[in-house]
Amino acid sequence: MLFYPESFKVSTPSDREVLVERDFHAPRDVVFEAFTRPELVRRWLLGPDGWTMPVCEIDLRPGGAYRYVWRKEATGMEMGMGGVFREVVRPVKLVATEKFDDAWYPGEAVDTTTFEEKAGITKVTLTVLYESKDARDTASRSGMERGMAAGYDRLEPILAEIAKVSTS
Amino acid sequence: MNSTSTRLDATFAALADPTRRAILARLASGDATVNELAEPFAMTQPAISKHLKVLERAGLISRNRDAQRRPSRLEARRLAEASAWIDQYRQFWEASFARLDTVLKDLQPKTIRRGKPARR
Repeated sequence: MLFYPESFKVSTPSDREVLVERDFHAPRDVVFEAFTRPELVRRWLLGPDGWTMPVCEIDLRPGGAYRYVWRKEATGMEMGMGGVFREVVRPVKLVATEKFDDAWYPGEAVDTTTFEEKAGITKVTLTVLYESKDARDTASRSGMERGMAAGYDRLEPILAEIAKVSTS
Repeated sequence: MNSTSTRLDATFAALADPTRRAILARLASGDATVNELAEPFAMTQPAISKHLKVLERAGLISRNRDAQRRPSRLEARRLAEASAWIDQYRQFWEASFARLDTVLKDLQPKTIRRGKPARR
């Protein structure tokens, strides 16, 4: 079983939200660039091995659109999403709408990304706010976010305990 | 897919309660009777029994019907199934962020990179 760097956290701060946090060893302006320049984003926002990002378009301004398409090279399966920026505060904060092409939840979600720097370490927080608890829970049922809705952070100690026992 | 989904709903509902999670953690170190489980939680046996029923329905534990003590046993496979769903999401971000670490390193010339990685 995999365990993750201490700074990496996934939680559910309210019944409409999902929060992902992580620290990076780089100044804030560099991290911000990595999150907003398409040629950089397509190098890392890929999830598990085997996926590429054939489409990565970002019009970084309030009212500007972005569009991502991922492809699993082994099967040719594609998954797309996009939205519109509501706020662009360089290099501090991004707010954008989010909608998957084959959306399984009602309405649009709103993503807020913040970048905080302390002594050369940048903390990134990603918050996805769904239109309703139902929307979030439906998104959860897709499987992708199920774990977060279930409060993974509280579950993790049990999994750790079980992993320890079953490998000893 | 659907039956997996329904099963996981029951599993996550069962896992939503802190006492039930504590019971699972206890069972991870070995089978236990209701008495043994009631002790550390300062709860009555009927209260613990109620939690055990929920866990059993969710497939997270099994109980030996024949033995008089009816010890509870953790069904680790169901828990592994639940964590597989969870890991999907975490894996997406964890794998992505690991790549981002590399991208960020490439973006920073050695001369301006600041100090050593912070220690925790």
